[in-house]
Amino acid sequence: MNYIECNFLLRKGEFLLDINTKIPAKGITGILGASGSGKTTLLRCLAGLEKLQHDDVCPPNKRDIGYVFQDLQLFPHLTVQKNLEYGWRRNPNTKKSIIELSEILEVDHLFDRSINELSGGEAQRVCIARALCQDPKLILMDEPLSSLDIRCRKIFLPYLDRLNKETSIPIIYVSHNIDEICQLSDHIIVLDKGNVIAEGDLQDTLSRVDIPLLNSQHAGAVIEARKLKYDSNFDLSLFEFSGGELWVPGSYDILTGRFRIRASDVSLSRAPIESSTILNSLPSIIEEIVTETNATHLVRLRLGSSYLIARITRRSLHELRLKAGDKVFAQIKSVTVSC
Amino acid sequence: MDIGPLWLSFQLAFITTILLIFFGTPLAWWLSQSKSKLQPIIQTIVALPIVLPPTVLGFYLLIILGPEGFIGSWWVYLTGNTLTFSFTGLVIASCIYSLPFAVQPMQNAFESLSFDYLEAAWTLGASKMDAFFSVALPLSLRGFISAAVLSFAHTLGEFGVVLMVGGNISGESRVVSIAIYEHVEKLNYAAAHQLSVVLIIFSFFLLFGMFLVHRRWQLQ
Repeated sequence: MNYIECNFLLRKGEFLLDINTKIPAKGITGILGASGSGKTTLLRCLAGLEKLQHDDVCPPNKRDIGYVFQDLQLFPHLTVQKNLEYGWRRNPNTKKSIIELSEILEVDHLFDRSINELSGGEAQRVCIARALCQDPKLILMDEPLSSLDIRCRKIFLPYLDRLNKETSIPIIYVSHNIDEICQLSDHIIVLDKGNVIAEGDLQDTLSRVDIPLLNSQHAGAVIEARKLKYDSNFDLSLFEFSGGELWVPGSYDILTGRFRIRASDVSLSRAPIESSTILNSLPSIIEEIVTETNATHLVRLRLGSSYLIARITRRSLHELRLKAGDKVFAQIKSVTVSC
Repeated sequence: MDIGPLWLSFQLAFITTILLIFFGTPLAWWLSQSKSKLQPIIQTIVALPIVLPPTVLGFYLLIILGPEGFIGSWWVYLTGNTLTFSFTGLVIASCIYSLPFAVQPMQNAFESLSFDYLEAAWTLGASKMDAFFSVALPLSLRGFISAAVLSFAHTLGEFGVVLMVGGNISGESRVVSIAIYEHVEKLNYAAAHQLSVVLIIFSFFLLFGMFLVHRRWQLQ
C-alpha cells in the first residue's frame, strides 16, 4: 500500500509540532486531538502553508492537495460556478468537467448563486466541491462540520462517504468529534501537544486502554456489525458482529453499521445475569486491565476478533477478583450509533 | 469661463491618480503585510503630507526638483528642461502631496482582507501574484475606489504646493486653485465665483458618488 510520509518539525512560540508518521494513501484518515494539539497545524504543513525549519518547502500552489478550510473561505466576489472554476482552471490536467465533479456533492443546481445566498450545508458542499474540482491527489478537511448544526451534520456525512467511495482520493479529516471520526475513518491518528500518541486502524486504536487522552474523554470501542433482522413488535434491530449479536433500539435501513460502545456503558459479571433489563450480555475474555484513576480501571475485552472497553470501579475489580485471561460477561447498557 | 485652468487641473488630477494607484498599490500592500522594523517609519513618512503645511512640502520639493537639486539636476541632464515650473514637476509634486490619500484607503482594505482567502487561493493552484490579482484586488475594490476618488479630489484642490513648485504659468502650471486666487487678487470676483462653483459642485458629486457606492456595499 502507498503511504503519505509526514515528517514535520515546526516551532510556533511555545508550541512544538514534531510529527513523524505515515498516512495511508487511501480511504479516510481521521486526526483526533484536543484543541491546541496541532491538528490544524499538521494539515497546514501538508498543504505547504507553514514555513518549516528545514527549508525545502514546495509552495502550496505546486501541490496537488485540496484544502477544505474550517471557515470555508469561499470567495465572496465570485459565484458558486466561478468558485468551482477557480481551482479547475488552474489545474489544466483535470480530465473531468466541473458539472461531473459537482454532481457528487449535488451542488450543480447552485451554480448561479452568490456565496452569501447559500445555506450552511450548501456552502460546505460547495467548498468540498471546489477542492475536488482542482483534481487533487489528497484532500485535507479541517473540522468540515463545525459550522453545521446537528441535523445538517447527519445529512452531510453520507456525502463524504460517497466522495470517498466514488473518487478514491485519500482524505485526511481533522475533528475533535469522535463520533464523526468513528463513522468516516478507517485509520486514525491521535495527536497531543504536537506529537502523535497513537495511530493505526480505527477499531484497534480505539479499543486500546493505554492512551490516557483517548480514555479520559472518549473511552469506548467501535464495532462494525451487519444487520440480521428487525423486530417490529419492540422496535429493535438485531446486528451481528464477529464477537456475537447486538440488539439496538430503532430500525435501520443499512446493511452494515458502526457502533460505538462507551466504556462507561459496559459492566462485567462472572456469570450470565438471568433477569435483567439489559438486553445485551456477551461472553468475552479479559485481555488487559489498566488503572485509570484511584477509583476506576479500564478493562479491554476480546469478543471473537472484536474488542470492547469496560470502565469498572477498583472495588468491583477486587470483589470479582478479575484478571487478564478470565472469562466474563459484558453487559452493554446502550450503544452510540455512529452511522 | 476660464476653461484652461480647469482642464489643466483635471489633467493633473487624472494623471496623478493613475500614477498613485499604480505605484501606491505595492506600497500599500507592503505596509499592510510587512512585519519589518522599517514599516512604522515608512508608514510615518507616507502620512507626513497630511500634517505638513503645503508650503513646507513645496519648499523642499522646489529645492529637490530645482535645476540644482538632486532630482532636478538629473532631469535637466536627461531632458534639457527644468522640472520646476513645469507640468511634469507638478505631477511629481502632486503624487507626493496626495500619496497618503491613495495609500491609506488601499492599506486599510488590504488589512481588513482575511489572509485565509489568499491561502485558499494558493491551495487551489494560484501563485502569489495570481492570488493577489484574482482574490485580494477584487475583495479590496472598495479601498481602491476611495483611494482613486480621494487622491483625485485632493489633487484638484491643492494650492500651496503648486504655488511653490509650479508658480503661475498659463497652460503649464496655472491650475484652477491658482487661477481663482489670481482672480480674487485682481478683484475679478465674477470669474472667481464661476471657477469656485464648478469646483464645489464637481467635488460634491465626486464624494457623494463614493459614499453612495460604499453604502450599497454595506447594505449588501
